[in-house]
Amino acid sequence: MSQPRVLVIGGGLAGLSATMRLAELGIGVDLVSLVPVKRSHSVCAQGGINSVNSLTRQQGDSEWKHFDDTVYGGDFLQHQPPVKEMAEWGPRIIDLMDRLGVPFNRTPEGFRDQRRFGGTLYKRTAFAGATTGQQLLYALDEQVRRYEVEGKVKKWEFWDFLEPVLDESGRCRGAICQDLVTMQFRAFPADAVILASGGCGLLYGRSTMSMVCTGSAVSRAYQSGAAYGNGEFIQVHPTAIPGADKLRLMSESARGEGGRVWVPRIPQDSRDPRQIPEAERCYFLEERYPKYGNLVPRDIATREIFDICTNEGLSVEKDRLCVYLDLTHLSRETLDRKLGGILEIYEKFQGVDPRSVPMKIFPAVHYSMGGLWVDYERSGSGGMVEGSPRNHQTTIPGLYAIGECDYQYHGANRLGANSLLSCIFSGLFVAPSVISSFDLARGWGGGGHSGQVFERATGRQEERHESFLSRRGGRENPYSLHGELGDIMTRAATVVRRNDQLRKAYDDVCRLEERWRECSLSDTGNWTNQNVVFTKSLGDMFPIAKVILKGALLRDECRGAHYKPEFAMPGIAATSPDEQRREAEAWCDRFERNTAKWLKSSIAKVGPDGHPEISYEDVDSSLIPPRPRLYGLVGAELIEEVWKERQAARTPASAEAAGRQPMTVGAG
Amino acid sequence: MIRAVETDVAATDADSSVAVKTIRVRVLRQDAPGRESYWERHDVPYEPNMNIISVLQKIAAKATSADGRAVPPVAWDCSCLEEVCGSCTMLVNGRTRMACSALVDKLLVENADEIVIEPMTKFPVVRDLVVDRRRLFRSLERVKAWVPVDGSYDQGPGPRISPKEQEDAYPLSTCISCGCCLEACPQFTKIEVIRRDDESQEEFDARRKAAFDKGFLGAHAISQAMLFNAHPTGGMIADERLKAVTSQGGIQMCGNAQNCVAVCPKQIPLTRSIARAGRAATLWAIKRLFDR
Repeated sequence: MSQPRVLVIGGGLAGLSATMRLAELGIGVDLVSLVPVKRSHSVCAQGGINSVNSLTRQQGDSEWKHFDDTVYGGDFLQHQPPVKEMAEWGPRIIDLMDRLGVPFNRTPEGFRDQRRFGGTLYKRTAFAGATTGQQLLYALDEQVRRYEVEGKVKKWEFWDFLEPVLDESGRCRGAICQDLVTMQFRAFPADAVILASGGCGLLYGRSTMSMVCTGSAVSRAYQSGAAYGNGEFIQVHPTAIPGADKLRLMSESARGEGGRVWVPRIPQDSRDPRQIPEAERCYFLEERYPKYGNLVPRDIATREIFDICTNEGLSVEKDRLCVYLDLTHLSRETLDRKLGGILEIYEKFQGVDPRSVPMKIFPAVHYSMGGLWVDYERSGSGGMVEGSPRNHQTTIPGLYAIGECDYQYHGANRLGANSLLSCIFSGLFVAPSVISSFDLARGWGGGGHSGQVFERATGRQEERHESFLSRRGGRENPYSLHGELGDIMTRAATVVRRNDQLRKAYDDVCRLEERWRECSLSDTGNWTNQNVVFTKSLGDMFPIAKVILKGALLRDECRGAHYKPEFAMPGIAATSPDEQRREAEAWCDRFERNTAKWLKSSIAKVGPDGHPEISYEDVDSSLIPPRPRLYGLVGAELIEEVWKERQAARTPASAEAAGRQPMTVGAG
Repeated sequence: MIRAVETDVAATDADSSVAVKTIRVRVLRQDAPGRESYWERHDVPYEPNMNIISVLQKIAAKATSADGRAVPPVAWDCSCLEEVCGSCTMLVNGRTRMACSALVDKLLVENADEIVIEPMTKFPVVRDLVVDRRRLFRSLERVKAWVPVDGSYDQGPGPRISPKEQEDAYPLSTCISCGCCLEACPQFTKIEVIRRDDESQEEFDARRKAAFDKGFLGAHAISQAMLFNAHPTGGMIADERLKAVTSQGGIQMCGNAQNCVAVCPKQIPLTRSIARAGRAATLWAIKRLFDR
């Protein structure tokens, strides 16, 4: 065997940190990316990156608490050892990024500044202006460029990953990729392949994600047999600016500074919003949640905005769902001082001054917690065994997944500022694991054998490509079909989910997939043909869309980002203390039954008929026992009291844990 | 009150009659490198709040030119659509800018008759609006735009940095490598190397790289060199960067036109970086004179 070589697909934070670490360990890396890696979607992350730090530590914070917040925020749906390991690596990762030159904001004394984010009581988040993701990505891009100059890394930018190549035993031996300029195919034999291809927001048409976030690379791995975990968990951010091309984030701080959310009481009232009198406005968050008003937690705000537009028909516009987020009652001076940066974004892309005209906003798909199922090896101390070849390996031996495209760290809901950490962590952590796997990968027969496998795979892809180009007379337009897919997914599988709608959406997606087979291309050339590349990636959206819809349909409960009103657990309605107590007991009984039934990851495998087959995997929650999230629930205090009593009755140790850990609110 | 409402409704109706109007778009197309470019007209139905990306998306979906011919969709680069990835640089109404933040309503105020879209002229066209900007990334290699750390293993935190230094560095670090500053620079000229039939890919890559290395670095890379020279660890190889900045294609080529700073979508103080580089280069040259 010649020098070992690893193929990395995707050059965002995860792919670049894996590449950097592998190159440093002397492994040659081929880095394939749809765009120059410096343009990857990680640049869009704004807020920051979480880690325990010396300051929070002195306030009682610890790696354990970061771990606990992450697990609690994720509604306990993640295996705990990898999360624990990630939290423990946090401080080292921030230090590393600091050394790489990331311009983190500074305190007057020159230390890194930190801010507080949702789901925690501590100022754990390091940040670089409002572009933390961009700054972290650039630091890694620069290090990888350095290795590229030294000849240790070869970048293949504007290349598309088409399929993993498996040998007869089912081990991944490389991949087939396509040059997006010349449209030529190339086989990349590799000792291991790492997928770091990010999220799948484009399934939803428009989202906060970049145009490269099609999920196609992951879908191609899934269609080759890799399992997909927790697909139904998709994070939706409550406030984004709806655009014709994309939904751009509007920070929560707009509401924090006094922004009011409302819709006209007359459906699609065509008056200038400033001319609509107070009495004809519906401030629905303030009306429904008098205590919290516009600052209800993210998931509730998201649900209510969605509900008032889709179910009550009170969207401001008819063709485009949106509500007003109004800052016009605040003085321009205050707004400029406190919200300058984010208001400029609105102004830049909407061409309207939000200081004088109410903004139009709507929730937007933001992050996929689910992704390729990956393995890990648990260590004696409850973390992960460093360098185990199992860590981050998909169900296909030799094929690894890291970053947003794996399902490992965020459970049912991701905490703000944790994604940058999970991407860099998984990238660094996977490198020694991949290297250990080389030993297991020995023993493939002679070169001729492997040559045949790659030849067959390349031939298959060439044939598929040709069949697209030569297709004549199809009536379907891929761009219109994509729009339809986005509408179906957005209506059925985002904020509020109902089984009848999910069932219908599944059938609709299957029909759409049939129509996709009738797509005709408007470009049949073989040079920078974006038309055929898009049509292919559209075809690869359907399998993942079906995974999401079926996972959501089968999961009859509410957990994290997955909300089905039919299975919601209401708070206490009774007024007499005895009745209240009985209801709290019943609530806890139901919570325990639900945990026993549903605290499981959904695992999808592609079936022989192309439909996903879903099974369930128990979650390793041995380190922190699951406990209810009670934010905003009537009678929360009483339920919590009953819950703690039960825990205390069970084991002394867990009672102590339950008593010590705060029931953190507002996670997510 | 009611009258006022009626007036508003009427005004909205008038608006919606505007809303069905068509945007006339003229695109400069080119099928492949070395081929003739040609103009093509497209009619795109107007919608409020469009940007050039959504115009191009509609052109791609329709794939029919204004005179009714079926045409292949216009090719273009884009990704984040929020002006932070640097992909979608092109000339819109003759000005280099990001297509994602080029708003149609504003462009129509500039010129209601049509919107003209062209590829950048300082980089070789790959197809239509897609250009090959690898030279821009090569320039980052030339100036060693990185912090030369020992490695990625834990060595504790980075150096202490004052808020003033951070505030100085941060704007330079927001550079998205879009290439607007190079497109607008009179000193930065196009380098297009065509692969010969008898040449291997490796030979071609080497020849192209050599050609790039003779060309002007431009504001983009000079500013990055200053960013890393100002960093405590990055500055440890400041001399190497100054050498790159003063050799062939270096800062001496800057004609001080100051177009770069005028077109930068991120408002990076590029001329300040260039001035700093000039001063540092002079000091470095004097120092070398005395060291000899």
